[in-house]
Amino acid sequence: MSTKTPSRLEKILASGNLAVTSECGPPRGSNGDTITKKAEMIKDYVDAINITDNQTSVTRLCSLAACIRLKLMGLEPILQMVTRDRNRIALQSDILGAASFDIFNILCLSGDHQSFGDNPQGQNVFDLDSMHLIQTVRYMREEGKFLGGDDIDRPPRMFVGAAVNPFADPFEIRVPRLAKKVAAGVEFIQTQCIYNLDKFELWMKQARDRGLHEKVYILAGVTPLKSAGMAKYMKNRVPGMDVPDEVVERMSGVPKEKQPEEGIKICVESIQRLKEVEGVRGFHIMAIEWEEKVPEIVEQSGLFPRPKVE
Amino acid sequence: MIVAERKPIEEIMGFAKNCKKILMVGCNECVTVCYAGGRKEVAILASALKMAFKKDGKGLEVTEVTLERQCDHEYLEEIRNIVDEHDAIVSLACGVGVQFMAEKYLTTPVFPGVNTRFMGVTEESGVWSERCQGCGECILGQTAGICPISRCAKRLLNGPCGGSTNGKCEINKDLDCAWQLIIDRLKALDRLDDYEEIIPIKDWSTERAGGPRKVVREDLKQ
Repeated sequence: MSTKTPSRLEKILASGNLAVTSECGPPRGSNGDTITKKAEMIKDYVDAINITDNQTSVTRLCSLAACIRLKLMGLEPILQMVTRDRNRIALQSDILGAASFDIFNILCLSGDHQSFGDNPQGQNVFDLDSMHLIQTVRYMREEGKFLGGDDIDRPPRMFVGAAVNPFADPFEIRVPRLAKKVAAGVEFIQTQCIYNLDKFELWMKQARDRGLHEKVYILAGVTPLKSAGMAKYMKNRVPGMDVPDEVVERMSGVPKEKQPEEGIKICVESIQRLKEVEGVRGFHIMAIEWEEKVPEIVEQSGLFPRPKVE
Repeated sequence: MIVAERKPIEEIMGFAKNCKKILMVGCNECVTVCYAGGRKEVAILASALKMAFKKDGKGLEVTEVTLERQCDHEYLEEIRNIVDEHDAIVSLACGVGVQFMAEKYLTTPVFPGVNTRFMGVTEESGVWSERCQGCGECILGQTAGICPISRCAKRLLNGPCGGSTNGKCEINKDLDCAWQLIIDRLKALDRLDDYEEIIPIKDWSTERAGGPRKVVREDLKQ
């Protein structure tokens, strides 16, 4: 596929290499070093780094400022943007702010409901949904116009991504929902963490049956489990997460001090198996507050060194 | 209907604390149907207030009236002759009725007796739930007759989000996922393919966002 933006992630995907992305959650404070330190740990092992946008609705340093810090380090940020907190004026404005620093990737999300976070009494916005945000960025980029119709001086050049959760209900519309995002103009997808590989493969097959794997780059999401407790928490408490019993049992079956190692092993095995799935074009490694493990996961999965692009 | 809930009596006692005689006005429409502000609730609240005042060694006189509606001039006019005899009015109508009362009787304080919650239905006896947010441009024709604006916690026009689990919303296991309902109904109608039509960015100017709203019918104006 040819490239449409200066995004390094897009170039790597277009060249046919498996891409590797990871993410950093900004701190709950104004210490920008937290971001740069996390990024230092993983920078040579990934092609681009997502910065989350007030994930789980807990107030944090803003995604855009953290992305600018990465950009100033010479790295490739993926600006995560949720429609929960901003209306269409603020969304377009932040997109331009990011574009002014040559941030070339955006991940369009609706965002967790604010009831999960530290301000459950707050308003939510949802002026647009994630589908609309995809359309908005593409429109700004292709047409060089604001939603209101006026011309943009130096339009954003962003590679447009979105998340999909192959495991949420109802399962039968999970592929149609992907198709809908593709129709809206999404160019890459990062999936929810995959623990149920059989179900993911079934979803991927259905996506292939509709040729969607040729229209959008799909990065399989993985998260290493730190402990049996985390596996149980993800299984029982996180909406839309599918952790099979075998995975929980495998984590519980090893002594507590060996569980982190087992979690990494499961993660690497998953990547190895997912590499064989037609249509998987890369991996999104979400090592939640465990960024230091990303290098060894990448190495052990045979994804190191990362390809060079101009 | 407009669904309301009774306010805690302590709050109403606070409104009435300096009063000797209040006019308590119920409404015979929605708030009667949802047992929040009809004739019966007026009687219960009036005697509870009187008892509470008596316990504090104070007297309180309450005149009880229930009007056909509080959102029309003609019914609100029915109390014009007695309003001035009272120190305050407690209206058990929805917020619409309370305000219309205050607009009409300028020199008498008007207090709300209920919390107005939403436009909804009686799901079963004692259970009411929301169905409409009055966005001003109905999309039910595109969503199989189920409204994602009032029934999805994120009002997603192209849902469901990734938090839909076993037909329930991520914010509350007792809450149906609106998009699961839409999909179930599209299937029942054999129209599941319609799901893939993107509902475009909405014009919210007909909603609250556009400022206080007004409908004018020139043909009916006098």
